[in-house]
Amino acid sequence: MNTIMDLFFSFAEIGLFTFGGGYAMIALIENMCVEKKRWITHDEMMNITVIAESTPGPIAINCATYVGYRQKGFAGALAATLGIILPSFCIIYIISVFFDRFLEITWITHAFMGIRIAVGILILDAGLKMFRKMKKKRLPVSIMLCSCAAVLAADLLSVHLSSILLMITAGMISLLLSLAEMKGGNA
Amino acid sequence: MMILLDLFLGFLRVGCFAFGGAYGAIPLIREVILSYGWMEDEMITYMIAVSESTPGPIMVNMATYAGSCQAGLPGALIATAAVVLPSFLIILLITAVMHTALKNRYIQAVLRGLKPCIIGIVLATGIYMIMKNTAAVPGGTFMPRPVLITVFLAIVYFGSRKIRRGGISPILLICISAAAGILTYGL
Repeated sequence: MNTIMDLFFSFAEIGLFTFGGGYAMIALIENMCVEKKRWITHDEMMNITVIAESTPGPIAINCATYVGYRQKGFAGALAATLGIILPSFCIIYIISVFFDRFLEITWITHAFMGIRIAVGILILDAGLKMFRKMKKKRLPVSIMLCSCAAVLAADLLSVHLSSILLMITAGMISLLLSLAEMKGGNA
Repeated sequence: MMILLDLFLGFLRVGCFAFGGAYGAIPLIREVILSYGWMEDEMITYMIAVSESTPGPIMVNMATYAGSCQAGLPGALIATAAVVLPSFLIILLITAVMHTALKNRYIQAVLRGLKPCIIGIVLATGIYMIMKNTAAVPGGTFMPRPVLITVFLAIVYFGSRKIRRGGISPILLICISAAAGILTYGL
């Protein structure tokens, strides 16, 4: 089988069997790309994980693009990325056609009354996990507390606050402070 | 036509700023979808649960669903492509030409500010969702059933970690919450 097709179908397989996305997918990708297909080395895999943490987008898609590019350039990157997206795209598209009617069933509505509470807990838990991994220095902790307070206050008061603007501000504050530090270090 | 352009631009914005893993992008997705009025807040929460229980990254699933609801198959295709495009291009750029871009100290400084900011936003979103579910927001009326389910699920989810390492999975929590919803509201 030619490599482009192989990339597409291997990543489609990964895309079909990983739930929730994120780090759950890494083990499967590692198994497929490092052990089974030997497309990349374990060190490269670690390297992508680091890159993925500093770039936007789901880590699984970052991995697919990287591995595909390494094997077959742009066409390979495209094939692997499309492959990993396709299964979930089809599934969600089919769900979207039926979901509204599905929600009209009374006991399903009741189930979702419970489910929406679980979602809040899952998001809070994700935030707590990220916080535990964060470096507990003065600057990141203050940025985190400020952004948390600002977003919560805006939500409660129904005021619009752009989180992109908030993220850019935090990035700029951090950049300016480290620039000042570099200058101070040189003097 | 306008809706397709809106979907493309809206999800392109999500794709550009989707740092912080699977849950890092949820507040931003929520903000974009609400600002265009594509889905109700409740529906977004339901879709997060559906995305968590189906294969593929949550961010991509949400884009597919919102796109499909607004403009059918073309909408789903455009929204999904838009949300993936930025990370695809950035990874290509890094692997093809700018191997050391992420080691650049200015980029590192910006990222050092960005990451804690996202953690704050995710925490605030989780807290707000839980408060909203239990009606602990301005103008909310106290209802005993959601409070009961919240306490129950929090004990089950966080308590299970004391018994077994890692505790129960998000999908299992969603199943339990569905059962809790059916029992509490249906009986």
